[in-house]
Amino acid sequence: MEIFEIVTYFVLLLLVSTAVRVVTTSNVIHAAISLVFTLALTSVLFLLLSTEFVALVLVLVYIGAVIVLFLFGIMITRAPLGKNAELDNDKNKKLGAAIAGSIFFLFSYILVNGFEGEVVITSGSSTELLGEILLSRFVFPFELVSFVLLAALIGGITLARKDEALIDEEQV
Amino acid sequence: MTDVLIKVGFLALAALNGAIIFTIMDVKGASWMQRRPGPLHVGLRGFIFPVAEILKFVQKEDIIPTEVDRPVFKWAPAYVMVSCVALFAVVPMSPTLVVADIELGVFFALAISSLGTIGVLTAGWSSANKYSLMGGLRAAGQLIAYELPLILAVVGVVIQAETMSLVGIVEKQIEWGVPFVFGGQLIGFLIFMVAATAEMMRVPFDMPIGESELTMGFMTEYSGIRFLIFYISEYMNMFILCAIASTLFLGGYHVPLLPTEWVNFYGPVVLLTKTAILGFILVAIRWSQPRFREDQLQNLAWKILIPASLVNILVTAIMKVGF
Repeated sequence: MEIFEIVTYFVLLLLVSTAVRVVTTSNVIHAAISLVFTLALTSVLFLLLSTEFVALVLVLVYIGAVIVLFLFGIMITRAPLGKNAELDNDKNKKLGAAIAGSIFFLFSYILVNGFEGEVVITSGSSTELLGEILLSRFVFPFELVSFVLLAALIGGITLARKDEALIDEEQV
Repeated sequence: MTDVLIKVGFLALAALNGAIIFTIMDVKGASWMQRRPGPLHVGLRGFIFPVAEILKFVQKEDIIPTEVDRPVFKWAPAYVMVSCVALFAVVPMSPTLVVADIELGVFFALAISSLGTIGVLTAGWSSANKYSLMGGLRAAGQLIAYELPLILAVVGVVIQAETMSLVGIVEKQIEWGVPFVFGGQLIGFLIFMVAATAEMMRVPFDMPIGESELTMGFMTEYSGIRFLIFYISEYMNMFILCAIASTLFLGGYHVPLLPTEWVNFYGPVVLLTKTAILGFILVAIRWSQPRFREDQLQNLAWKILIPASLVNILVTAIMKVGF
């Protein structure tokens, strides 16, 4: 076995253990921190596959923004120290495991059968090619996704905003 | 292997020394600008006081309050420290004196700099102290808001340089003849510096620490070596963000008219001089300006800096394609 494979399997093992900890711990913040490690290890995996751009996007967007927003949301609503009894929901554990397992098998099936070991990118830096593909072949879905995001943003603001509760800027 | 070890050792030393130099500059600047008696007696007219300071903090007892969430509390300073040191890996002191000249240098720097937020937030939460929690929340709100203009300001430079490697960006500025700050990125530079000051949580953006109202913000419960890590990280962050700003906007390790074949000799000196000048401006602002109010701070980020940086990107892209 080569050193590369050993490192990969070691990272995968750590990844699975942190991912399990995210859903088994009964402390919200511990779950969020475990999620940070899960995402960081995923980004290491992408680095090992020499797709630096995806790895850094994971760090920048997921760890730097999404998790920070999670933590911010948890703290601004209620942030009990110690265990949270509501998170020990034994009834749904089987259902959750079943759903997670079926998603795993579905994704593995699609990924293994869809590409069949075909190498898509053969030369050049992956970042440059990613940029070119994103803005030529996939430009329409790309723009569509940004449009959907914009719609979601506006929808979120309209739902969250209650005009009568707004404070006048002069009053602040 | 030894090559990597030398580079990592150089990295840690350079980042720590930068932090110490900036500490001296900050304290001496305070005594100079505000007529305060600064450190004067510890060796060389007080210039080696950070060494005494570090020795003092290392000797102090590391108090961990009983009610805190121990693992989270203990590890929070580590995230901040790691994000600061890792940032320095991509800053080139000269074309060859750089720890890792990766293709996505700028992107790496921006991604890694966002890690520190997690340390600040978890420190605030795990301290089991209302002041700490308030400080953590303010810090998170501020860091989320100012990360966007920081990233968007850099996009302008990336478009103009056509590369994300920091060495590549400096080489492009040498090719251009003038640093980008005089070549159309003046607004980008100003936005970057404002957002970077907010990321460092220094005056006038020190609402999260606000010692007169929140004791010490998210650092309230920390003492001993863990407090030292937060304290050093602040100056390290200041040093490294100033170095990145000099690299991106001020021409990095090169100044116009100097011969490029000698760049390996004068490179580090030039970069450190630029960094020190930027640091001095930040020190001057710190000791002469009041603190922003929370709503003013958020307004500045979301209503002024982000639209301005978007316009900056648009104009840069049009100039790039059109001329």
